[in-house]
Amino acid sequence: MPLQILLNLSLALIWMLLSSDFSFSTFFVGYVIGLAFLYLFRSFLHFNLYFTKIIAFAKLVLVFIKEMILANINVAKIVLSPKIKAKPGIIAYPTELSSDLEVTLLASLITLTPGTLVMSFSDDQKTLYVHTLDIDSKEEVIRSIKLTFEKGIMEVTD
Amino acid sequence: MSEIVISFFLILGAIFMLLGAVAIIRLPDAYTRINAATKASTFGVIGTMIGLFLYFGYAHDIVSGKILLTILFVFITAPIGGFMMARSAYHAGVKLSDKSIRDDLKDDMKNK
Repeated sequence: MPLQILLNLSLALIWMLLSSDFSFSTFFVGYVIGLAFLYLFRSFLHFNLYFTKIIAFAKLVLVFIKEMILANINVAKIVLSPKIKAKPGIIAYPTELSSDLEVTLLASLITLTPGTLVMSFSDDQKTLYVHTLDIDSKEEVIRSIKLTFEKGIMEVTD
Repeated sequence: MSEIVISFFLILGAIFMLLGAVAIIRLPDAYTRINAATKASTFGVIGTMIGLFLYFGYAHDIVSGKILLTILFVFITAPIGGFMMARSAYHAGVKLSDKSIRDDLKDDMKNK
């Protein structure tokens, strides 16, 4: 994987030198063209990984943006309602992710989503304590996090 | 056309900041307020920054990497700030509001 990225960066550099325009946008165009070439030659060069990861990462970002918008609307509803009826609470969220990086990423994404906030970890890093602004049912909250963020992160890092 | 898009993002950012301010006043306890404050300001900053980025792109033909980096750094640092505040508040014994319906963390702390 580092080799592929290096190759892609050098293709972008070559593109920049060929068009003799040393700006970020030219570099970016070169990078995209390099990516397209790497994609065309993937069967000769025996790689698949780099692209699938990028696509998985893009998917994760899209899922995150979608969740963020939905959660924002929910929180806005709660905050602007005449009488606040929200039922806040702390939920223990069991995660299947194992490495430090994955758990950190999951915690950051949960915290960035409005209405949920990671407060603490258990000692074995298997449980995240999530403060939630409005709980309908514990299972519902856990299921929605599991199906969106945890699944997306697994696809990126496995 | 570009003006409409730019003003849309700027106004969106401003609305988020306003919502955050309202939330800080109205929500019942420290944790829900941390929640509102960290998130609303994050999206407020991001909305304004996207507006600014587009403005420089359209009006001055500048692709400003600094603005994109600002978004990235806000995204990285905001959750850590919120996490640390909530965690230290809990360890310092700040109580949840009486409207709260669950506290799974309490059991975990007791077991230690």
